[in-house]
Amino acid sequence: MIRRAGSSWAKGGSTFMIRIAGLIDWIKGLSRIFSVGERLTLIPADSTAGRALVTVIAIMTFLATLTGGSAILVREASRDWSATAAREMTIQIKPVSGRNAEGDGKKIVQALQDLPGIEDARLFTREESARLLEPWLGSGVDLGELPVPTLVVVKLGGASPATLATLKDRVRRISPAAVVDDHRGWVQRLERMAGALVIVALMVLGLVLTAMGLAIAFATRGAMAGSREIVLVLHFVGASDHFIAREFQRHFLRLGLRGAAFGGLAAIIIFLLSGWLTSRWSADPAGEQIEALFGQFNLGGGGYLTIGFISAMMALLTGLISRKVVYRQLRRVG
Amino acid sequence: MVRFENVGLRYGSGEEVLTDLSFAITRNSFQFLTGPSGAGKTTLMRLILMSLKPTRGLITLFDRDTSTIAKDEITAIRRRIGVVFQDFRLLDHLTTYENVALPLFVQGREERSYRAEVTELLKWVGLGEKISAFPPILSGGEKQRAAIARALIVRPELLLADEPTGNVDPSLAKRLLRLFVELHKSGTSIVIATHDLGLMDQFDSARRLVLGEGRLHVYD
Ligand SMILES: Nc1ncnc2c1ncn2[C@@H]1O[C@H](COP(=O)(O)OP(=O)(O)OP(=O)(O)O)[C@@H](O)[C@H]1O
Ligand SMILES: [Mg+2]
Repeated sequence: MIRRAGSSWAKGGSTFMIRIAGLIDWIKGLSRIFSVGERLTLIPADSTAGRALVTVIAIMTFLATLTGGSAILVREASRDWSATAAREMTIQIKPVSGRNAEGDGKKIVQALQDLPGIEDARLFTREESARLLEPWLGSGVDLGELPVPTLVVVKLGGASPATLATLKDRVRRISPAAVVDDHRGWVQRLERMAGALVIVALMVLGLVLTAMGLAIAFATRGAMAGSREIVLVLHFVGASDHFIAREFQRHFLRLGLRGAAFGGLAAIIIFLLSGWLTSRWSADPAGEQIEALFGQFNLGGGGYLTIGFISAMMALLTGLISRKVVYRQLRRVG
Repeated sequence: MVRFENVGLRYGSGEEVLTDLSFAITRNSFQFLTGPSGAGKTTLMRLILMSLKPTRGLITLFDRDTSTIAKDEITAIRRRIGVVFQDFRLLDHLTTYENVALPLFVQGREERSYRAEVTELLKWVGLGEKISAFPPILSGGEKQRAAIARALIVRPELLLADEPTGNVDPSLAKRLLRLFVELHKSGTSIVIATHDLGLMDQFDSARRLVLGEGRLHVYD
């Protein structure tokens, strides 16, 4: 008796659940009929495979935009270095017995004052030199004991090559132990390195794009196999290959947009965060050195635009590749 | 509009399922296709739909030789044919309404232009209440009616229906047959595959194509 009551209750419960499920389906259907803007989707958004692909696209977009952004950072930093280095010139006067290096330095500063295009020429004091060497030698070293060259730092404001030649000539005449270093070799090496880094970044970008293309091609083939019945029915009710390919493209474009948005946003957050962190670090000397080396971690509007552009390309690529694969598969099915 | 000349078909390397079929389906004709289970009724319909290629012989559809037909033309011809599959082939993730509207939708027609028509047809086949239900929760007979509505919605020149009354009670079967007869009167050629002798007796002026042991016998 009790058993019967129990089982009939369970039965009532399950039909109740079915009714609820039916009701939900019905509401979904109704809302779809009357929502004018929303177009019905013929390729069902397969949850697991779709989510996996969105994740892959997000990761690939993240890597691609990170690489692209870093390339931009390196290029800008190298431009900054070049500009700063080209505006500066150092004259080293090596300590030679029988000569007063510091006296020569003062004479050189005097001699350069009237040259056109020279903004400033300044002798580094002993204390300043000591501070420069502190990271290597430690504090409290008496530089008088060491053969440390005396430095003259010259700031240039668009000096012509002729002026530079005159400058070198005057310096040599004052002290044969003086060496003019216009940083050109240093700048060239930096620029070459930055160029190499940008090329590596482009290669990484290429690899990421290739990997993503393959992933999408496989995913599309999988989705088509899973939707074979749908494709068959669509063919029978008079859908052209063109129409079916467009449906798949729409489906994958949607997945691509979602993945690319996630990946691109993550990259933007990383760049914003590192920009903020480095701007806080640069308050202390170590931070200053990092900034001097890598420039500010500031992508700037152009950089963020590039990230947006790369993300959009990733989404677009997803749609295009899937469309191509679908066409090829449809032609094979015949 | 359909002509078979010495058509033979085998699946893979098996026996011929259909042998030396020669017949024609003319414009505005009505025929039952019958024969025991496994005789090849569904196979014959798939040949007409170009979802199977004949192993030998010639099939002409709307005056086009199907062996040399281009893909775009296949699409165009399929739009002139309505099909009711034995296993319905409704898309489970679309509502009844969307399933029935599908042939119009894939032609790129505006939803506004056919909504009333689809709703009316659904009411006519008794699915007015099920417009926004999904196929998995429909009964067998309801699915069958949805499949019929999907075939009729384009007002095809040729209608192929494979066991269209297999899952419904006799009175509904009668109603559905009336629907086919109406369609026939408006100019459509109809081919109904069925074992149901009672159904055939209700419209005994129709042609009978009887399949047996791979061969076709025509009774006008
Ligand atoms: N895809 C296939 N591959 C191999 N054999 C098949 C295939 N489809 C059908 N057959 C065989 O062809 C024969 C005819 O099948 P068909 O489905 O055309 O019969 P039918 O007349 O529609 O039967 P029913 O009345 O039961 O629907 C059967 O023997 C079947 O086993
Ligand atoms: Mg059959």
